[in-house]
Amino acid sequence: MSDKIKKTVTFPATYESLAAISKFVIAAAEAAGLSDKATYGLQLAVDEACSNIIEYAYEDLEAQGITCTCRVNDRSITITLRDEGRPFNPKDAPEPDLCSPLEERQVGGLGLYFIHQMMDEVRFSCESDGTNVLTLVKHRS
Amino acid sequence: MDYTLEEFKHCDLLSVSGRIDSQTAPELAEALDDILDQGRYNIVLDLNDVLFISSAGLRVLINTQKQCKRLNRGEVVLARVPERIYEAMDLAGFIPLFEIFDDKVHAVGYF
Repeated sequence: MSDKIKKTVTFPATYESLAAISKFVIAAAEAAGLSDKATYGLQLAVDEACSNIIEYAYEDLEAQGITCTCRVNDRSITITLRDEGRPFNPKDAPEPDLCSPLEERQVGGLGLYFIHQMMDEVRFSCESDGTNVLTLVKHRS
Repeated sequence: MDYTLEEFKHCDLLSVSGRIDSQTAPELAEALDDILDQGRYNIVLDLNDVLFISSAGLRVLINTQKQCKRLNRGEVVLARVPERIYEAMDLAGFIPLFEIFDDKVHAVGYF
């Protein structure tokens, strides 16, 4: 299906970029006509994914960039995040703890949990040139 | 992210605005730690003007709640939680961990 909108921006891989990345995502979600709730969910998923890239993929490497592509067609909005950091294995992430009492509550794994809760499709891949690609899809209906 | 602090007799009211993400969560943690460092453990966090909170921000809330509730010395309560943020907190299983009020007056009056 052909894209009605396609935009790509590369942001420096630092926490300072998170607000600008959110603005980019919100603009795309509004152009796609997503509801407030779906727009917030998309913003949360992308923010968590970018925070993970900055914190883990580029942990002790010289920070490079996160290339964010947004595509909108009649059925869905797709955000693709590309980085050149360490590959991410979702199996390495801790399971989220959603119900332990306060004193035992662990807070790891919530970011990845939010990504899966907010998006309809989540795909991690690593290209032959070492680029990590995270694809996040939200259906428009 | 910005915040303002008001001290009441029985609690401190921290009103936060803007985004609480990986960039700004440490600033919120510092503001809350400053309150705890004064031996004050009853805190109302007014989230009315918060536009966004990520898991990094939720970590700050839960870590502060753990410190306040230790030894029964106090508690963090939340006031005016925006709908989208409430939904994210609900997904994360945070709702049972905090008293939540629709307005600041009742939140402050809780203490």
